[in-house]
Parts: sequence; structure tokens; C-alpha cells
Amino acid sequence: MRGLCLYGRLRALAVAFGLLLAAVAANAQTFDEALSGFTADSFSDTETAINAVARSGSPRAAQVIAALQDGRLLFDPDAKKVYVKETDDRITDAATGQAVAGAAPANLQPVRLNNRLRRAVEAALGALSLFAEDPGKRFESAQAVFKSRDAAALPALESAIAKETDPRVKTALGEARAAVVLNMSETSEADKLAAVSVIRARGDQDSVALLAGLPSDTPPAVTKAANDAIASIQNGLAIWNAVQNAWYGLSLGSVLLLAAIGLAITFGVMGVINMAHGEMVMIGAYTTFVVQEVIRAYYPGLFGYSIAIAVPLAFAISGTIGILVERCIIKFLYGRPLETLLATWGLSLILQQAVRTAFGPTNRDVGSPSWMSGAFDVGQINITYNRLWIICFSLAVFVGLLALLRFTRFGLEMRAVTQNRPMAASMGIRTGRIDALAFGLGSGIAGIAGVALSQIDNVSPNLGQGYIIDSFMVVVFGGVGNLWGTLLGAFSLGIANKFLEPYAGAVLGKIAILVLIILFIQKRPRGLFALRGRAVEA
Amino acid sequence: MLKTILAVAQRPNARRWLAATAGLALGLAAAIPAKAQDTIKVGILHSLSGTMAISETTLKDVMLMLIEEQNKKGGLLGKKLEPVVVDPASNWPLFAEKARELITKDKVAAVFGCWTSVSRKSVLPVFKELNGLLFYPVQYEGEESERNVFYTGAAPNQQAIPAVDYLMSKDGGEAKRWVLAGTDYVYPRTTNKILEAYLKSKGVKDEDIMINYTPFGHSDFQTIVADIKKFGTAGKKTAVVSTINGDANVPFYKELGNQGIKATDIPVVAFSVGEEELAGLDTKPLLGHLAAWNYFESINTPINKEFIEKWHAFTKNPKRVTNDPMEAHVIGFAMWVEAVKKAGSTDPDKVIDAIVGIKVPNLTGGTSEMLANHHITKPVYIGEVRADGQFDVVWKTPGLVPGDAWSKYLPESKDLIGDWKDKKCGNYNTVTKKCGSGA
Repeated sequence: MRGLCLYGRLRALAVAFGLLLAAVAANAQTFDEALSGFTADSFSDTETAINAVARSGSPRAAQVIAALQDGRLLFDPDAKKVYVKETDDRITDAATGQAVAGAAPANLQPVRLNNRLRRAVEAALGALSLFAEDPGKRFESAQAVFKSRDAAALPALESAIAKETDPRVKTALGEARAAVVLNMSETSEADKLAAVSVIRARGDQDSVALLAGLPSDTPPAVTKAANDAIASIQNGLAIWNAVQNAWYGLSLGSVLLLAAIGLAITFGVMGVINMAHGEMVMIGAYTTFVVQEVIRAYYPGLFGYSIAIAVPLAFAISGTIGILVERCIIKFLYGRPLETLLATWGLSLILQQAVRTAFGPTNRDVGSPSWMSGAFDVGQINITYNRLWIICFSLAVFVGLLALLRFTRFGLEMRAVTQNRPMAASMGIRTGRIDALAFGLGSGIAGIAGVALSQIDNVSPNLGQGYIIDSFMVVVFGGVGNLWGTLLGAFSLGIANKFLEPYAGAVLGKIAILVLIILFIQKRPRGLFALRGRAVEA
Repeated sequence: MLKTILAVAQRPNARRWLAATAGLALGLAAAIPAKAQDTIKVGILHSLSGTMAISETTLKDVMLMLIEEQNKKGGLLGKKLEPVVVDPASNWPLFAEKARELITKDKVAAVFGCWTSVSRKSVLPVFKELNGLLFYPVQYEGEESERNVFYTGAAPNQQAIPAVDYLMSKDGGEAKRWVLAGTDYVYPRTTNKILEAYLKSKGVKDEDIMINYTPFGHSDFQTIVADIKKFGTAGKKTAVVSTINGDANVPFYKELGNQGIKATDIPVVAFSVGEEELAGLDTKPLLGHLAAWNYFESINTPINKEFIEKWHAFTKNPKRVTNDPMEAHVIGFAMWVEAVKKAGSTDPDKVIDAIVGIKVPNLTGGTSEMLANHHITKPVYIGEVRADGQFDVVWKTPGLVPGDAWSKYLPESKDLIGDWKDKKCGNYNTVTKKCGSGA
């Protein structure tokens, strides 16, 4: 009796095992057949293969498709076999996952992709990774299914939603399911209306795209609901858009502030029109380049600190050059503004050519440290790290300068010389020394601006030329000698420019700003914050 | 000043020294032209500084390599070739000055140069007046066919139109909305005019086309890229056609990467971005964006491999890349050499008569022929950016496409052809049968 039961159990086990093997073999067969599509080196065959591999249900499917996305899926055109190059450079057989014994075949080629195939790969990976361990990966695959709206992913989505614990991922999965439901003809109208409200709650640009692109067989009630949703989302987006434009204006304003503040000081203290100011900015940018080259060559670990090291160096170098310029050229041309203009213009050409000879005329590659790369989203606006850091940096420089002018002896003497030079001289202030130091300070600040600008603009000998006009614009608009005027002038010009740009384009927007400034100076020739006093008029 | 001269004149020793130096100088000056008659001079007119230096410097280097190679083969007509390099510094009026200097002072037999259409338009009057020869290697907007210019770069029907066709096809994403973004000068403006007319002829509506322009050297692309993102998420598949030139491309592509615009969502096809412009960029976020050219460094033919090896040996830098305008110079230089040999002289008129019909091999395994409108036949390739800065060819024309100088999509040019062989006219109207674009 027991023996019979044992024998019966063994037989049942054998049959079950046999069935399991057959099922695995059948799966493996469809998986293998699917893999062979990769060996044809044709885009259409690869697309069929991607979809077949994704649907095959094989546990290796996700790995194979991830390898394809990274360019690590290789094929042998003669033997018609497919291999995966693992992240540790071993070659494994794609079908079995076993490492290849001995040397890999010599004629392996990577399976090629184009944009259409990359979308298919993203959609497939999205559907396959819905149950991944890492919640970040699950979130990404939910987004991928949202984009691809693949009807075949619906059952997987439903079970993923049921199992999901992370609230952020659960919302994303719900939105993905709503996207799929809206694009299938078989789902009911009630289902579709519920989906529309889920998408409306998501409320971003992609939602508008989805709702605007519904298939033609959508019932009219659903279309109406979708159009209402689009209108309400776009109202919200319009406000976010204005905030985004204001952000862009702030970042442009901070760039203008950095470039112009040095000029405001030299122009304010000495009344000297310094056409070589842009070249001081350029020298600061090249200082950053040299610092990075030295770090890359000798201390690669310090790359994250390269900007922090470059800032004081750039200040010192540009400041020293500024003091030299003042002592050797400007000192002899006091009271002769036209000659100063000409002399500093010639100096700017000399500096440009000197840098061109030393570093070559082509652009130089200045890299961004990792904490300055990338972006993050706040609501519906996108904030890039490099711009954020530049805004913080320019405000820090501004506050630093304010403190210098307000709380130090040097600042006091500079302000005195700006307001009334003869009286300051009579009080015992050495105006010549103050002039040299003020010019050095202004040029040093320009050097620091160059460090910041090297992150967002090309570093070439002509870098300064792009900023000299803007700097003068800000100084004229904001008023001379007053830092607050420069701050307000820079930010208002930046914001005005960025609000005009979507309507008029970059070129006309700039022209419009220039015309507005010209009209403004007709009314207030001394700018926003004019310095008052008898001596100033002289 | 006068006092100094008088003082020198009164000192006998000083006078003798002065006379001796003057005589030596004059003698040297007289000797040098005599030596120059033994070489044929070739002018190289490319910006080596300024906003276009990023693209043009490598063209100067390839010309030097071609001249050195030709000299190793024995020169031309028994004489050595001598390169004369000038730097017009991305300054368009300076291009005209330097062109005049090359032709009148240096007496070059031919000039290989220019990149932007505005630089070509600036030098055109000089070449017409002084009867010089210009070989222009860069893709351009068409609407031109001059007797003294040979256009070895692509005309719009050899680059822009096939690129738009590809983006409208299934493989390209079946784009229905278009953004035409360019730098503000004649090439992007005319190309966009042609593309707008072409798109409308294919049924694209006005509200599905967005056009915008930026100045040379522009670096703040935040608003423009945000606008592209907004335009591209209105429900229909959007593609961007970029005619942005020079180093403004670097901040443009950086901003595309920063704002997360992937090629699978909104593909960007550029006409002025090649291997050289990508060399200074982090290309990983740009994977899948496209370029349309008639040559890519990644094309695997024996003649291309040989060219790349020679280039690495010449520049002593195994990382230097090759690109389409370099191939255009290779073709143009080979055609000029053949034409000079056929004509037996470097005289511009004789070369112009001899050059039409000349066939030379191109670097992608085919041949290029000089046509009567002074354009050449070229294959068209569409390539996608790879993570290593090279391009993967995803589509090519089945055969060679002859360059069309006058676009058939613009009403003012559809009846015009250029024919310098029989009709001796650059803008012959086939309807009115008159030379000159009559109404």
C-alpha cells in the first residue's frame, strides 16, 4: 500500500517535473527563437525580437533587453548566436547566461539601435521592471509604461498596483494604468472617465500631450472631459510658466550682475570707462581652465574643489593685472575720458591676442564638478544646479562687496573719493592709492565672474566681448557708484529680457531691451539710483 | 624726425651702413619673387579664431595635409604646391579683404575656404572681380551658382530635404510637428524658407511649425529649449531641425541635456554639427540625436580607413576626428588637380572649362562628379550620435544625389538651373529661356 502510494507520488512528481521541463523548454524555445531575431542586423527584425523577448516570460528577458539598451548585446553573424557582455567584461551566452568557455568569437558585433528601437526598448524594459526590488526602478518603469501606453502591460500593471507599498510609485502606476486604459478601445466609458481624472490630477506637460492625443474612437463624453482637463491643466501650467520665466530672468540677471559689478566700482570711483573689463572676465575663466588642467594632471581627486580653488586665484590674478593697468596706463590719462576709452580698448585687443597666443584660438574645455551638474524639478519648473549655484554665488559676491564698502576703512575711503575727490584728498586720503586698489578690486571681481561664466559659456579668447556691452548696459541703467543700482538694474534687465524672449525671439528681445534703456535714460540720465551732491555734478 | 634724418645724413659711417642695409633688403625682396615662380600657390581661407574657429581650424589642417601629399607625388605640372594660410577670424568683411590679398598679393592659383554663407557672400564680389577660383566645402542653402565658385558641400536637396524625409518616415519617428531653430544669418533663413515650403507641400499646418533664430555665439538657450519642450508635448510627435552654427552649438546641446530632452522624445537633427563639434561635448545625454551629412568618420570603407590613418599620422594625434567638410576638401582638391592637369595650366578660365565632368573617388566607396552647375554628386547619410562622439549610420540614399543649385520648392527659383558648360549662365530660366531670374 505505502509502496503503491510512494510509486504513485513518484509518478505524479515525474509527470509534473516533465510538464515543468516541457514548459520551460517551450518558453526557452520561444525565447531562443526571439533571440535569433537579433542576428539579422536589420532594424525591423530587431524590433520584432525586442517585443518577442519581452513577451516570452523568460527570466532572462529583462537582462537581455537591459544589455541591448547599454550596447552590450553582441551577435555572431556567422554562427547566428547572441551574447551578452556583462558589466565585468565577461562574455556570456544570452540564452543560458552561462559564461563562454575559452576565448570569445572574434567577429562579435553589437546589435545596433536607432531612435524607434530605443523607444521599443524603453517600453519593454518598463513593462518588465514593474516588479523590480528598487522603488526607484519601479517608478521609472511606471513612467516608461505611461509613455508607451502598451495595452499588453495592463495585467502586469494591475497586479503591481495591488502589491505596491510605496505611495509615490503607487500614484505613478495608477497614472500609467490610466494612460493605458485611455488608449484601449475595449475599456468602458466609465473606466475612461475615471482615467481622465487621474491624468488631470497629474497635471503636467506630458498629461496634456496624452489627453490631446487620444485615439479617434474615444466616446465624445470622454473627449469632452479630456478637453476640460487640458484647459484646467494649461491654466495651471501658464502660472508655472511665468514662474519659470522669472527663474530664467533671475539666472540671466545674476550673470549680468557678476559681469557688471566690477565695472560699477571702477566707473563709480574713478569715472574711468574700462573697455578691457570683458578681458578680465576672460582671464578669470582661463584661470579656472588652468586650475582644472593642473588638478586633472596631478591631483585628480580634488576635481570637486576646482571651482573653490579657482575663485581666489582668479581674483588675485585679475586684480593684480588691474592694478598694473591702472599704474601703467590709466594713471597718466586722468581727466581724459576719450583717451582712456581708446587706451583700454587697445589693451583689450592686446590681452585677447596674448591669451590667443598662449592658449590657442580654439575653445577650451572647462568641466563642471558633479555638484554643479544636473537638474531637479520644483512643481512644474525645472531648476538646473549650475544656474542655481551661480545665483547664490553672485548674491554672495554682492553681499561681500557691500560689507567691504560699509564696514572697512578701505570701503570708507573709496566712498569718500567717489563722492568728492578734492575734499577726500584734503582729508588726507591718498587718492592715487585708492584709485589703484579700486581698479584692482573691480578687475578682481570680474575675474571671479569669469570663474562662474566658464560653467555656462564657451571659454575662448572672445569670451569678454560677449559681456562688455551687457555690463555697460547694466551700469548705465542702474546708476553709477551705487551697488544697489547695479543689483536692481541687472535683475530687472534679466527678467525683462526673459519675459520678452518667448514672444519676440532672442534677437528682437535684446534689441527691445536696448531701445527701452535708451528711452529710460532720456528721462533719468543718471540711471535708477543716481548719486546726488554738488561735487558729483562736476 | 627731420632732425634725426639730417643728423644721420651728416655722419659718413652712418650713411654707408644705411645704404648697405637698404641695398641688402632690396636685393632680398627682388630675389624672393623669383623663387616664388617655381611653386604654385594655394590659398587657404578659414577662420582660425573667433566663433567659427571650432569648425574651420581642422579644414586648414586637412588642406595642409593634402598639399603635402600632392607634393610627395611630385607636385602639379612639375612644380611644388605652396600653401598660403590666412586667418579671417570669423569676421565677414575681413574674409573679403583676405581673399583679395590672396589673389592679388600672393597670386594664388585657387582658394579653398569659407564656412558660413555670410563669409561666402562677402568674398563673392572679390572672386568675380579678380576672376579667382573658390572651392567651398560646406553644406549651404543653395540659391546660388557662380562661375568662379565650386560647391563641394551639400545643397539643400542633398542634406536638408532627405533629413526631413527621414524624420517623417517610420524609422525617424513620423514627426508631425517641426521646430526650425537656426543662427540668424542667410544660411538658416534660406534653408528654413525652403524647408517650410517643403513641409507645407507635404501637408504640415502652419501651427505645427515653429521657427526661431539666435545670434552667433549665443549662450543662453534656457528659454528656447523650454519652448521646444512645450511645443513638443502637445500630443503630436515633434522633431527639431537645427541650423545653429559655430560654438553656440555647445551651450545648446548642454541645455538639451540639462533639461532632459531625449532623442526618443524630441529628436534633434543638426546640419552643422559633426564629429569635430561633438569632440568637446559630453555626448552621453545626446545619444540618438541626429546629423545629416554626406560622409561620417564611422563609415567602414578601405579608402576611408586609409584617409583616417594618414590624418592621424599627419596631425600626430590619434584622437583627431574627420568630418564631412574635410571630405569635401579632399574631393575639391582632387578635382582641381585633375582639372589643372587636363587644362595644362592653372589659369582660372582654362580650369573652369576643364573641370565640368571630372570624376574623382569619394571616401565612402563611390565617386563624385563635377556638374555643369558647379555642384557635385554626393550620397546622403543620416547618422545618430553614439556615446563616444561618433555617428552610427541609420539610413542612406540608395545612390548618388546630384546637387540642385536652385531649389524647386521656392517659387522664385523653381524654374532656374545653373549651367556653366553650355549656357554659360548661373541662373538660366528654363521657362522664359533667358539668362537671369526674370519675373
